[in-house]
Amino acid sequence: MGAPGPESVDVEVTPPSAWPGSGALGAVRGWLAEEGAKGALIAAASTVAVFGLALWAVLTSENWQAVRAQFFNLENFAEAWPEVLAGFWLDLRMFVIAQIAILLFALLVAVIRSLRGPAFVPLRLLAVLYIDLFRGVPLILAILLFGFGVPALDLPGVPRSPLFWGVTTLVLSYSAYTAEVYRSGIDSVPESQRSSARSLGLTQWQSLRYAILPQAVRNVVPALLNGLVSLQKDVALVSVLGVREAVRAAEIYTSRTFNYTSFVAATVLFLLISVPAARFADWYSARDRARRSQMAT
Amino acid sequence: MSVAGTDVTPRLQLDGVHKLFGAKAVLQGIDLTVDEHEVVCLIGPSGCGKSTLLRCVDLLERIDAGRILLDGRDITARGVDGNAVRKRMAIVFQSFNLFPHLSVIDNVTLAPRKAHGVRRADAEATARDLLSRFGLADKADEYPERLSGGQQQRAAIVRALTIDPDLLLLDEVTSALDPELVAEVLAAIRELAGSGMTMVLATHEMGFARDVADRVCFLHEGRVLESGPPRQVLTDPLEERTRQFLSRIIEAGRL
Repeated sequence: MGAPGPESVDVEVTPPSAWPGSGALGAVRGWLAEEGAKGALIAAASTVAVFGLALWAVLTSENWQAVRAQFFNLENFAEAWPEVLAGFWLDLRMFVIAQIAILLFALLVAVIRSLRGPAFVPLRLLAVLYIDLFRGVPLILAILLFGFGVPALDLPGVPRSPLFWGVTTLVLSYSAYTAEVYRSGIDSVPESQRSSARSLGLTQWQSLRYAILPQAVRNVVPALLNGLVSLQKDVALVSVLGVREAVRAAEIYTSRTFNYTSFVAATVLFLLISVPAARFADWYSARDRARRSQMAT
Repeated sequence: MSVAGTDVTPRLQLDGVHKLFGAKAVLQGIDLTVDEHEVVCLIGPSGCGKSTLLRCVDLLERIDAGRILLDGRDITARGVDGNAVRKRMAIVFQSFNLFPHLSVIDNVTLAPRKAHGVRRADAEATARDLLSRFGLADKADEYPERLSGGQQQRAAIVRALTIDPDLLLLDEVTSALDPELVAEVLAAIRELAGSGMTMVLATHEMGFARDVADRVCFLHEGRVLESGPPRQVLTDPLEERTRQFLSRIIEAGRL
């Protein structure tokens, strides 16, 4: 599984660019402004040279014709598309449900972790234990363990569907990371805000709810968006449980026809969502940064 | 406390209050009494414990020894509900500490609505009255970042007043302001003193302390070294330390 895991959740976002211009375009535009016409010529020439050379290397390679027939066959693409699309629709639904559950559950864990006072020690410990465990296990392994393990227990009243346990594991794993994102947001709100709220007679909970959390969440929206982009791809991991989402559907097509174009179809579908989502996350964090620097002056 | 006579229970009383931060003793036995309607100014060099004292009174810091009484009741005793105590007093901070994500009116009505159970309409009516009293009627719907420092601090004072406190604590409320904005905030405090609000202020504004205070206390190394009427403490102090402090202030042109 080469898919990047939720490790990317709390990584700082990539450099900003103007929405809707893509990151690459934005970079080129900025560079143009600096370097002028002569620079533009050099940039165009070297871009054409680099990409042209790469393309030429692929297209003239000995096996290109075979690869083209195996991976880029239009007929196979059209044939596989409906099943892969149906699978992708399931991916999208899993993604939306899991994302909502993650945002809520992770917030709960983060709040528990940031509670003060000796009475909350057991709860805090539980939260830390949970976060450590789920951050320490590869997502694919957690999905296999829960997806095959829990149904095998055959507990009364517990769902046995691999789909259910796949999504649940995604929620549990991503929530562990997302809780830490929220917590960094809570920690980023100055202590004086808490004093200020408490001094007005608000309880610890009210201070969190009305003074701290709104600021904390606003501070981490860019990081949360990054997690969202990452989850959108990772839902495909539940295919290992045999859930018939896009990747699984593509696999089934491949095993039937010995043609891999269905994987390309799945790739196209994921990119259609993840690229705009990544651009949006970049645009939002650039805007957020601008807002902050304006506030600081 | 409407009892006439000499043994009226003071609004606030500190008995031998000690506060340690790690190994450093910040308060080393503070004794202080504040009567109802009295305005007491705490003066003294930076680090003498003025802010810590105010934070201890508001139960934002736990004291290590001694006791603090509000209307004769020990609020530092075990089992006292700190939230209930804090509902009866308010503190205004040096750096305003308004909530940046809330408009002025929401900043000001948050505590009455959530902590005191006042209905939104009533809380807003009270808040708008107070805002116009302090010259902020047209700022109710602005966010704090759009206000000047002086306006922010006045909004913070209004926020403290909306919970109708029995005791108002002011922690160097003009120290973070540009000089030309200090006057408007001092005028607001002067108005409060005139209306009979019981106040304890930590301040570096000696001229203001002389005008507004009923009593000035000089703090040095965590103790009240000298206390008395402003004219006496500020012009003819008994203690050598007070004299030294004041002469430095005079050199800096602040008196």
